[in-house]
Amino acid sequence: MSRLIRDGQFIEDCWRWLDADEAPAPAPGEHLILPSAVWQAHRPGLDAARTGVWLAPDDGLAPLLPWLATLPLIAIRFPVFTDGRGYSLARLLRGRHGYAGELRAVGDVLRDQLYFLQRSGFDSFALRVDQPAEEALAAFRDYRWTPLSRG
Amino acid sequence: MYRYNPTDQQLVDDRVAQFRDQMGRFLGGRLSEDEFRPLRLQNGLYVQRHAPMLRVAIPYGTLAAPQLRKLADIARRYDRGYGHFTTRCNIQFNWVRLEEVPDILAELATVQMHAIQTSGNCIRNITTDPFAGVAADELFDPRPYCEIVRQWSTLAPEFMFLPRKFKIAISGGAEDRAAVRFHDIGARARHAADGRIGFEIHVGGGLGRTPMVGRLLKDFLPREELLNYFEAILRVYNRHGRRDNKYKARIKILVKDLSLEGFAQEVEDEWAWTRGGPATLSEETFRRMEAFFARHDAVPAPGDDLADDPARDRAHDRAFSRWQARNVSAHRDASRAVVTLSLKKAGVPPGDATAEQMDGIANLAERYSAGEIRVSHEQNLVLPHVARRDLPALWRGARALGLATPNIGLLTDLVCCPGGDFCSLANARSIPVAAAIQQRFDDLDYLFDLGPLELNLSGCVNACGHHHIGHIGILGVDKNKEEWYQVTVGGREGEGAALGRVIGPAFAAGQIPDVIQRLLEVYLAARAEGEPFIEVVERIGLAPFKARVYGAAA
Ligand code: SF4
Repeated sequence: MSRLIRDGQFIEDCWRWLDADEAPAPAPGEHLILPSAVWQAHRPGLDAARTGVWLAPDDGLAPLLPWLATLPLIAIRFPVFTDGRGYSLARLLRGRHGYAGELRAVGDVLRDQLYFLQRSGFDSFALRVDQPAEEALAAFRDYRWTPLSRG
Repeated sequence: MYRYNPTDQQLVDDRVAQFRDQMGRFLGGRLSEDEFRPLRLQNGLYVQRHAPMLRVAIPYGTLAAPQLRKLADIARRYDRGYGHFTTRCNIQFNWVRLEEVPDILAELATVQMHAIQTSGNCIRNITTDPFAGVAADELFDPRPYCEIVRQWSTLAPEFMFLPRKFKIAISGGAEDRAAVRFHDIGARARHAADGRIGFEIHVGGGLGRTPMVGRLLKDFLPREELLNYFEAILRVYNRHGRRDNKYKARIKILVKDLSLEGFAQEVEDEWAWTRGGPATLSEETFRRMEAFFARHDAVPAPGDDLADDPARDRAHDRAFSRWQARNVSAHRDASRAVVTLSLKKAGVPPGDATAEQMDGIANLAERYSAGEIRVSHEQNLVLPHVARRDLPALWRGARALGLATPNIGLLTDLVCCPGGDFCSLANARSIPVAAAIQQRFDDLDYLFDLGPLELNLSGCVNACGHHHIGHIGILGVDKNKEEWYQVTVGGREGEGAALGRVIGPAFAAGQIPDVIQRLLEVYLAARAEGEPFIEVVERIGLAPFKARVYGAAA
């Protein structure tokens, strides 16, 4: 079963993740998620609807900004779950820059952080493989309140 | 005082359930130690030298009597009958059992308390002036703003995993009694020329390994922008603060690396977006919050009079007037007073209170102080609303509980962290050194003659005892696995905030009382009439003190 949660359920992931050293050569009809630098270099030759970007915690947002309206997916990588930079990237993309496409948390994504990730603007979650599926779905209901500042 | 609404209550109840589940998974081996650690720290749970330690949040140091009774109850049922009030106005239980912590949190939730974010790399408990709302020199009451910031920062989803811990203080007085310049963010009440209400914002202060006095980031921030601006600061810090070295991860290092101007520019850019946004505070929010902290103007029940006391004699009168001189402060209403209960009785670890004392204080607060208690960052408890005519009766009550030592602001009112007796980070014990000092300087006439003097003691560079800002500071250091103590002189908080300077090589524990004795001798010889210790230090410098302590060899 797929490890991807979206809209409160596990779904099949149709995107292929590429690391920095892999060539951005999609098979026909394939969806790719490229590292920011690779995406910047190859963007003009790729099918925009089938090409997403992934960001490391220290990647800047500036290169993405002109393309936010057409980017179908941005993934933010959490190298360890205690690296909180991705939360601010998400808030910036959603709030400041109005990004409305899929925003995916990837990497060390654990059930105990799902609630906070979602509140920060993520809407899909590539769970770390060892996380129990049922518990992860339940984690979105860990809290039933709304913080003051988001009223 | 603030009262939880259903949302606040839901939050703490949900948190208890969540933590119970996390604890269950940890104990059942399904959550690794590394994955559990940040979660338990966000709930104030440390694994200490002897047993786990639970730190309970006391938001801006304010407690209602039933809350203090609950803390007493927890001390009795889950600990060894006492608790330790900290320099950040929280309370620590040093002997809890891991598997019982969810039950303790559930108990706390019944009185609108929790342990959320009392540790971990997140926004910690907000602190303020222990005299907030009653001080005569107050521009405005800071507590409504403390509560607004508390709500915003509690489980703030974006800021649960910062590079390092983050401490915020807000003060309302003309005098700063909240050490705002020793916090990651310090806000001081200000009125703009046109009368608008707002804050002066300092950033990057803090003690610990790299002590720094906070820098002025903004002269005047209008109050409605408080959260937008704080959010901008936190976001810049969360994104750019160092995460590769925990000793360089506090915001003060980022401010230094970017320069104050560079950092301020980043914050302005971020604020330009959040400014006027959804987190902007409305007049209605301020009114609603202020209503919680309305003044206690009701006339208190008539108390006893000193004349009624059968035990009254001259010695008794003298003891009372001494207590009045040190432990009673001006209230902005002349018929009232602010009373500080001393948790610094010789022979008791500074800041410790037994369950019986906590119950007793709750009773005193209900009878004499509108049911309210404050925790000061000097680790004492404060009754903020006492009618002056009740002072004798209150004094007798406090005395019966062992809480009327007339030493507030004097040498033996020393601030001290738990140190090596409890804390696994310690280089040295601090409590026995504090005890030796209190024992040596137990003569009240001498202490009164010395006048205001702040002595602070920390068991390691983490500086929980705030040794850098003690007029005399003592720091436990490790030399070849032995406990040594470094002495600093000249630190101070508030106006003219400064860090103490090391006077020379460290001492063995047994030497410390003598060293202090010598420092005091230099002071007594040099002082002009009425000149306090710290001002003498600032006038004559360190050299005479060094010479007296180390002799010609120095
Ligand atoms: S200063 Fe050091 S020894 Fe004292 S409580 Fe803090 S960490 Fe522990």
